[in-house]
Amino acid sequence: MADIKSDALLDLRGVMCPINFVKTKLKLETMEEGEVLELVIDDGEPIQNVPKSIKEEGHKIVEVKKEKEGFFRLKIQKG
Amino acid sequence: MADHFIEDKSTKVAVNLEGMGEKVNFNDLKSGGFIKQRQKDLFAVRLRCPGGRLSTKKLVEISKIADKYSKKGVVHFSFRQSLEILYVDYKEFTNIVAELEKIGQKVASCGPRVRVPTACGGCEYNPNGLTDTQKMAEMVDQKFFGTPTPHKFKTSFSGCPIDCARTKEMDFGFQGVVEPVWDEPLCTGCTICAQACKEDAIVSDPDSGKPIFDPSKCIFCGDCIRACPTESWKAKRYGHTVRIGGKHGRHPMEAVEVCQFLPDGKVAEAIEKTVEWYNANGKRGERIGNTLKRVGLKNYLDFMEPVFKSGEAPLFKAPGK
Repeated sequence: MADIKSDALLDLRGVMCPINFVKTKLKLETMEEGEVLELVIDDGEPIQNVPKSIKEEGHKIVEVKKEKEGFFRLKIQKG
Repeated sequence: MADHFIEDKSTKVAVNLEGMGEKVNFNDLKSGGFIKQRQKDLFAVRLRCPGGRLSTKKLVEISKIADKYSKKGVVHFSFRQSLEILYVDYKEFTNIVAELEKIGQKVASCGPRVRVPTACGGCEYNPNGLTDTQKMAEMVDQKFFGTPTPHKFKTSFSGCPIDCARTKEMDFGFQGVVEPVWDEPLCTGCTICAQACKEDAIVSDPDSGKPIFDPSKCIFCGDCIRACPTESWKAKRYGHTVRIGGKHGRHPMEAVEVCQFLPDGKVAEAIEKTVEWYNANGKRGERIGNTLKRVGLKNYLDFMEPVFKSGEAPLFKAPGK
């Protein structure tokens, strides 16, 4: 999978649900439609919940990478 | 609140009333919904609120009526989601019923009949919701409310397997389910579905990241569908897991699952046939769970076969392999 260029980065490792989602939402609100946010979240509860909520808000998850250290790197295109 | 209903003591109350020269329409009381309080002459008036949903306009009107008739100015949310106006004098039943009628608010039932259905928020606004529980509760209330049965008959609708409406404790419960189907070409092997699945029904292939699905572990919650970034997991069909014979009370019983994917369009028929079976087989004062124990589940399932075959268990093709 080719790397998609991101316009902003948000590292939410160690941030609990649902604060991580709220922070993601606030960050996306500052961005333009079509721009890509790179998001780093923990394994476990965050990866179970955050992608669902992002989709429900109408954004698109364009890339997902599982990192070895127990976290995920997502790229989200603002919808 | 104790199941201590005026209709069961109608003769006694009638005698008392005659002595006092009061006019009370006993047809109003027959429907139930007037529950004797500890306090002399005072009753709780239980309203009929299927699924616990009320328009704000109606709620405002109800609160005006409650304020007028409740001697203590209090209401209580019943355990089955309906509003109860407390401390109402029985001499004012006719007036309160007429005023409630004017705003389109009916009084609920109690006793041996089909009760007001309860329901969670459902798919209309709850992200977990798979079925429109509120619409179903309204439909069932319209069609079946007050239908006589050997004992009380409680129904509920949960929109997903979290089962907030406790279908496992109902005489007849409906819980939303979705059958997931995987479309391989769209899958990028991102592994989110395996993370999202709380039942370990999906594990990721160590090399490709693509899902290996074990349908025997799936509880049909749809978390994989909602989490999938590429729409590779899709909904094949929605339906209701149907449970029968549950109750709480002094001797709780857990309901048994009798149908896995009943479509929306068959719910009314399932209730109609089940009530028919219950009325034919149940003894007076016997909950349907005990009737099933006495008569046998097979007898019921044979009777229901024409309805339940529409919701047979899904045949999965295990993806990822």
